[in-house]
Amino acid sequence: MSILVGRDTRVVIQGITGGEGSFHARQMIEYGTNVVAGVTPGRGGQKFEDKVPVFDTVAQAVQATGADSSVVFVPSAFAADAVMEAAAAGVKLVVCITEGIPVLDMVRVKRFLAGRSTRLIGPNCPGIITPGACKIGIMPGFIHKPGRVGVVSRSGTLTYEAVWQLSELGIGQSTCIGIGGDPVVGTTHLDALELFNADPDTNAVLLIGEIGGTAEEAAARFAKERMNKPVAAFIAGRTAPPGRRMGHAGAIISGGVGTAQSKIEYLRSCGVAVAESPADIGRTLQGLLK
Amino acid sequence: MKIHEFQAKSILSRAGVPVPAGEVCETAGQARVAAEKLSEAGRPLVVKAQIHAGGRGKGGGIKLVRSAGEAEKAAGEMIGSTLVTPQTGPEGRTVGRVLVEQGLDIQRELYAGIAFDRASAMDVMMVSTEGGVEIEEVAKNTPEKIHKEYIDPVTGIQPYQARGLAYRLGLAGDLAREAGKVFQALYTAYTANEASLAEINPLVITAQGRVIALDAKMNFDDNALFRHKDIAAMRDPLEEDPLEREANECGLNYIKLSGNVGCMVNGAGLAMATMDIIKQAGGEPANFLDVGGGANVETVGNGFRIICKDPNVGAVLINIFGGIVRCDRVAQGVVDFLGGFGLEVPVVVRLQGTNAQQGKKIIQEAKLGFQWADSFREAAEKAVAAAKGGAR
Repeated sequence: MSILVGRDTRVVIQGITGGEGSFHARQMIEYGTNVVAGVTPGRGGQKFEDKVPVFDTVAQAVQATGADSSVVFVPSAFAADAVMEAAAAGVKLVVCITEGIPVLDMVRVKRFLAGRSTRLIGPNCPGIITPGACKIGIMPGFIHKPGRVGVVSRSGTLTYEAVWQLSELGIGQSTCIGIGGDPVVGTTHLDALELFNADPDTNAVLLIGEIGGTAEEAAARFAKERMNKPVAAFIAGRTAPPGRRMGHAGAIISGGVGTAQSKIEYLRSCGVAVAESPADIGRTLQGLLK
Repeated sequence: MKIHEFQAKSILSRAGVPVPAGEVCETAGQARVAAEKLSEAGRPLVVKAQIHAGGRGKGGGIKLVRSAGEAEKAAGEMIGSTLVTPQTGPEGRTVGRVLVEQGLDIQRELYAGIAFDRASAMDVMMVSTEGGVEIEEVAKNTPEKIHKEYIDPVTGIQPYQARGLAYRLGLAGDLAREAGKVFQALYTAYTANEASLAEINPLVITAQGRVIALDAKMNFDDNALFRHKDIAAMRDPLEEDPLEREANECGLNYIKLSGNVGCMVNGAGLAMATMDIIKQAGGEPANFLDVGGGANVETVGNGFRIICKDPNVGAVLINIFGGIVRCDRVAQGVVDFLGGFGLEVPVVVRLQGTNAQQGKKIIQEAKLGFQWADSFREAAEKAVAAAKGGAR
């Protein structure tokens, strides 16, 4: 009933002994995520909370525990290295939470991942959750509800808001993916729609986008040409001034490209139901389920 | 991060891009001395105001002068003045410095620029025969006049690419070779400093057959500045909005806008959505402010202080989605901090998520005059109404 992560997912946490890493490691374990290992160079041999073995390298963690997914809580200057280390160790899914990674580092990471079987989610993202089964990231688990709507978003708290609206309406989620607010991300809106389209347990998809770039348009084209499931959307930033970076590194209208208006018009022309107001995201999706 | 023309030219020049002989000056007297030094018989000089915005010629920020005396006069008029150009907005920018340069015998004006292309995750170099005008205009009206080369991040720009661009501009012989070298140097300056944009507009061809950067603009990846201390040191605080600078120093993402409804939100996407819903409710947002996904007492307090320094703000909307940081804790933080603040404007609070009802109770029982809103839409409507009546 999900994509990418579920009950069988075996997670290694990179940066498990740091402030963010240890806090969210506890949250993930509490949610029921199968956290099998942690990695902090120089801390190999220790145990996190007397339970989770810590290793010096991801390769050691994978060999000893069979971890197949990782989550990166490593500071921005070292995060690209951590992602590549996980990919080199054969981890299938890497979720990078870290914010503030230089663009050039991410360009190199993308190159490194090309031709490998590792999927990257993020960076600068809340992570991925299959409600009731597996949470890899920093999102509050309890707002989610198991169900059949896929959610993909560039944002953090706006996604929580949208998921909350869905859950309040009694609409559960198959999987929610935060793809991240940076200009270069591992998994795009389009990639997520492809995965949800192929998932027999997802009936509809909610896409949350914002100003900057043209990733939402590429996804909308796919929705129109290939998808057999309805898509609802919200695009944030109608009031954002051009040329200013709105918090997220990727949320910038440059050279007239990437306005909310142009995205909304394009999505609608592709048959996507776009919510006018952020207060109506849940109801817009609900309207597609009848 | 943006830098000035004279700084961009120094970076490009070090990488091998020819630039006009010139000096940056902070006073009219310095401009006179520079002009005397740069002056060559019968050749004009140019005095250029240094601000982080284009369109300076249209606003009187670029003056052609014929003597050291004229240079001194032009510099004296520019320095300390407010320059309004099509790109500064009506408030304009204060000129702190001028660049005094030798004038050139211009035969042709070209464009050369490099920026990051998100769709391909590669850098793309663009050149055009239409120099001296906004490249966005060229892209819109005559896209066939822009020639592009995508650059492999592993190999960097190759000589064949740089040559090819020169030939596509219709250049030949020595000029094509010179232009090709300039394009390679432009790429070097861009990539070595982790710029997000490097633009030479116009790139001129002189009567003497030289290829020279008449103007230059460079922006940088803020996230990479930690490993480029020399670039980071070029930051000009005078170019930044004082409130934005203060917010930046507190680690907050704040952008000042022109409306009267201040807003404080956790998370960038939700902050943009909050601005949007304020507009839909008939108001105008006074700012963008993201206090971070996990709002805490300190960030909420700093955020509120900065919002209220904007004299246009007639009401404040606090919209926090409490996830792992629970709403009751956020509410307690708001009450503890704002209780001692002496509220001058109406404040509308909407907390959603974990323990929202307990948060509501804390906000309402604090008797600080906060207006509570249960829904997103109600919050926006109340804040817009309050701002109409709450102007200071």
